[in-house]
Amino acid sequence: MTTTDSTPLVVPDFGDEATQGRKLAIICSKGNLDMAYPALILANAALGEGVETHLFFTFWGFDMITKSRMNDLKFTMLGNTATHLPQGLGGLPGMTAMATHQMKKQIHDVGVPDVPEFLEQIVASGGHLWACRMSADMMHLDESDLYDDVEAIISAADFIEKTDGAQIIFI
Amino acid sequence: MTTIHVDSEGFLTEYGEWSEELAAELAARIGIELTDEHWKAIRFLRADYPSHGETATLRRVSVLTGMPIKQLFTLFPGKPAKKMAYVAGLPKPRGCV
Repeated sequence: MTTTDSTPLVVPDFGDEATQGRKLAIICSKGNLDMAYPALILANAALGEGVETHLFFTFWGFDMITKSRMNDLKFTMLGNTATHLPQGLGGLPGMTAMATHQMKKQIHDVGVPDVPEFLEQIVASGGHLWACRMSADMMHLDESDLYDDVEAIISAADFIEKTDGAQIIFI
Repeated sequence: MTTIHVDSEGFLTEYGEWSEELAAELAARIGIELTDEHWKAIRFLRADYPSHGETATLRRVSVLTGMPIKQLFTLFPGKPAKKMAYVAGLPKPRGCV
């Protein structure tokens, strides 16, 4: 702790110049509720730090931006040993719904928005959302099926071009 | 001359040492001239801190004041949450969202 007079000598370095030019690209390839959040939280954090941020939704990650599914991502115990419960339980009828409900409640309780609202916040913070061309073709979806703020459906090569020089996170 | 306490980065460490005059001065040091809209956010942060026990995150400021996220980015460019906390004389927010 430093004692100083009313004109503090130490002014925080908000790194406004350092962060200009830093870019982050996050590839979202999973459609599980618990796999959607890491990307959203990191993107939000990066934007709050003044970092240009791009999200690319591909394969199962498409569920995060598909209007008919984005409100209904699920969490399952199956194949997830981190719940520390017998795997057999996860296969019982209704378990995925129950686990999803519980996780949504926990997320809500810590003040974190649901997926569509989180995307809205990311876009409002200046984030860019891109959809994968191959996934759209495979799933027979076009821009009308996707969340309105998705900027475009683009190829992997386009995404690589747009994120020239970016740090890449694959989820 | 008033004495204030700050951490190694320059954020105030004593809630009670803040004043509106000081806020204007802190803001000027990071290139911000405070308008009524800035004050709306700053006053919320000040009022929220004692009851909430920690500095409001950007989302909390937006949800509870009704100020759009976009507007907060315009008012406090680059790193809005940290800049607001600095001007409000509070620690950096520790929440993730």
